[in-house]
Amino acid sequence: MKGVGDSKRMINGHMLYCNAKNPFGSSSVRSLLGFMVLAFAMVLGGSTDLLAAAVDAAPGVVQGAADTVPSGISAPDLTATDYPTVPGVNSRVTVWLVAQLHLWFAAFVLAVPIFVFIIEAIGMKTRDQRYDDMAYEFIKISITAYSLTAILGGLLLFSLIVFYPHLFSYLSEIFGESMFYYALAFFAESAALYLYYYGWHWLQGGFRKWLHLSIGLVLNAVGTTLMFLANGWVTFMMSPAGIDPAGVFSGDTWVAMHNYLWNPINLHRFIANIAYGGSIVGAYAAFRFLSAGRPEERAHYDWMGYNANFIAILALLPLPFAGYYLAAEIYAYSQQMGITLMGGIFAWLFIIQAVLIGTLFLSANYYLWCGMGRSDGAARYNGYIKYLAIAIIGSFLVWFTPHTLVLTNEELKALGGPYHKYLGPLGIMPAKNTAVNIMILFTALSFLFYRRSNRIATVTWVNAGNAAQLALYTTGIANLLFLGIYHGYFTNTVYKVAASIPQVMTTLIIIVVSITLDSLMYRGSREVAPLNWGRVPNRAQYALFLLAVAFTWLMGLMGYIRSGIRQHWHVTDVFRDASPDAYTPTLGYAANIVSIGTILFMVLVIFVFWLSQISSRRTDARGYWKGVQGG
Amino acid sequence: MKHFLKVMIFSLLMIGFFAGFSNYGIPEIKPAPPPVEEKLDLGAMTPEQFIVLGEKLFNGKGTCTLCHNDVGGRAPLLERAGVVAGERLSDARYQGRATDAQEYLAESLLEPSAYVVAGFGKAGSGDAVSPMPSVTAGSIGLSEVEVSAVIAYLQDLAGIEVTVEIPTDVQTQVSDSDAPDAAPRVALASADEVITKFSCVTCHKMSGEGGELGPDLSRIGATRDLAYLRRAILDPAAEIADGYPPIMPPTYAGEIYAGELELLVQYLASLR
Repeated sequence: MKGVGDSKRMINGHMLYCNAKNPFGSSSVRSLLGFMVLAFAMVLGGSTDLLAAAVDAAPGVVQGAADTVPSGISAPDLTATDYPTVPGVNSRVTVWLVAQLHLWFAAFVLAVPIFVFIIEAIGMKTRDQRYDDMAYEFIKISITAYSLTAILGGLLLFSLIVFYPHLFSYLSEIFGESMFYYALAFFAESAALYLYYYGWHWLQGGFRKWLHLSIGLVLNAVGTTLMFLANGWVTFMMSPAGIDPAGVFSGDTWVAMHNYLWNPINLHRFIANIAYGGSIVGAYAAFRFLSAGRPEERAHYDWMGYNANFIAILALLPLPFAGYYLAAEIYAYSQQMGITLMGGIFAWLFIIQAVLIGTLFLSANYYLWCGMGRSDGAARYNGYIKYLAIAIIGSFLVWFTPHTLVLTNEELKALGGPYHKYLGPLGIMPAKNTAVNIMILFTALSFLFYRRSNRIATVTWVNAGNAAQLALYTTGIANLLFLGIYHGYFTNTVYKVAASIPQVMTTLIIIVVSITLDSLMYRGSREVAPLNWGRVPNRAQYALFLLAVAFTWLMGLMGYIRSGIRQHWHVTDVFRDASPDAYTPTLGYAANIVSIGTILFMVLVIFVFWLSQISSRRTDARGYWKGVQGG
Repeated sequence: MKHFLKVMIFSLLMIGFFAGFSNYGIPEIKPAPPPVEEKLDLGAMTPEQFIVLGEKLFNGKGTCTLCHNDVGGRAPLLERAGVVAGERLSDARYQGRATDAQEYLAESLLEPSAYVVAGFGKAGSGDAVSPMPSVTAGSIGLSEVEVSAVIAYLQDLAGIEVTVEIPTDVQTQVSDSDAPDAAPRVALASADEVITKFSCVTCHKMSGEGGELGPDLSRIGATRDLAYLRRAILDPAAEIADGYPPIMPPTYAGEIYAGELELLVQYLASLR
């Protein structure tokens, strides 16, 4: 390993030279305490962020509780030699892969308790034990993944300290206090999770069930807090707060946490985690469905897969809105960053994103359409499916259409400009917003058809209700088209995005009103025949798997761009990345790294599925144990 | 096991499709490397090189073209920014203190809200606030010299006289890899050396000696001022002396250093 150079540091107005080989400070006491807390955390299997916090807990202890607020912290001016290297190991790729794997697992283990809590509550309300059993099975998968999350977290902390010691030190100085709380929250999270899981069958019935549900609530509250804390560190690197014009951080931890992009990321990650968690447990159900030998098993995992897909879709529907809000806030924070994101070197990434999200919507819808085979009454709606497919694919193609094309001079002449005569106008944001809203609406319609497929409405106003639904969707879609066309082609560029909010509101209103109306229409409805759980083709299970794979890959890709828009800055405009890897990798290169990460994740996650499968198996070792007759 | 393999193969195929599309389905764009700081020898830089530097900053480090382009329409095009300066200064909405094109361009870079072109203001500001980021701070971080170079480029782009002077009192300035690539020669120290280097007397007569293809410069200082002399050297086609063919090479602006130009102009002005 190459040595690390010294670096200048301005702390509390004094220029200091810190020994770069110990970027956490020169005090031996401080280092020793840091090491002890770190070791303690590692023994307990802390996550990335726990370990990160543990390292930084020592300065907090040394400085005293009342003196943990950092002030006057300036970013070091580094050179390439300040970044340690290990022969044969690419620093950036190592941190990239480990961080991404940690994030995938963390997203999963934070999301599962959210919908497990809801499913458990539904089970309590309906007194249908199937929900309780399903919730337990979901949490059983996540408990194994929890350990992997912690191991990967430790690995990430280790890689950060090894390869980017100055960056880690800088962030630790600013976020030391929050990292300490993070460590405490992690212990609380672990305690709540273990109590929730291991106490599941103990805390059953009456007050005990309420107590168990309350533990689930605490588990989710602590888990969400953990994520918000870690998000503060990440978003500070994108949109630092508390920095004076000279680039010196002079705020407190809260100012740094509560930076411009914190809440947009919090919202986006919260929703995305639920969708992602749903897709992963959907893949689990699909895997078990395919492996199941008995019809009852197939029925159980079919039902489980359906519910997982429902969760994924439910969270997927508002996700584009949360993503749009995040992108709009990035523009608002820095137009330069926004244009780099959507109109600069990363612009083509959004075409890949369109392919991925198109895949998500199509596979989720395809699964629903296949699932209609469970019902004997679904034939009434089969004729409409092709129109839904056409609308969703059409919307996907509009979303997929790039605004500008990279052209040769000859192509430019032949085309008569940088835009295609017919396709060019479809590339602008209002067209894409319109397309994605229509895609969401038709997915909601798919769900509505699925819901209706096995029921016959008995209310007297069925025809009026259907006419109202038709009118609602027709006028809503017309409004979406009008808003998109008017703002897209008849206003100045800066006002083109003005359609987005009314379009989102239109879509949400249609979904809420139509589901409410349908619920009223089908109140007291008659069942066509009992649903045939398990009567679903195997290819539907592959649709569930595709959902998980596409989601994982998409998260990896968006992680690359979220981090990449900082370009050659560790902390935007404040702390320059001077490492040999400071350049932005190409999309193709990034896609290859994301693919490697996804393969690693899928292998690990299938391993987790297998572990949860064998945990319930028993081998009859008759004759092996002394004095035990078996049976 | 059979299903495990099937699921793995299916997953690998899908991942392969996504990776393949990203590698071969879209154009490969290689992002520019981060700027590398290097030293500029301003004293040895010609006005033409200074404009070239401005152009490279405009398209590179300054990130001006991110917004000022004809594709996105996020900011006004700047081809005529120097030409329309007069109109802008007399506009009722103008809030700045500039008095000429150079000052207007400088103000547009440093205080962009002094005048926001209609339709390009921050949303909701009624075109009173510019969304343009600071060009001297943050990730753009242009130096004073670099701002001057961009102004020189904008003046040249607009086809108006480049009035920005290269700051010769600054020996070295840190810039980035956007600097021109030409290896600098040693700057000449006297007007005689400049006249010899650029072979002025091949066409012009000075102190009774020299060619007759161009006007006699022996008493040129008596009839022409410094600005005319500078322009005649840097842009000879701007005004052709009566009775002479337009044969003076327009390339001197790209060859003569700012310090050398001043030596030559001062010498010519002294010829009376």
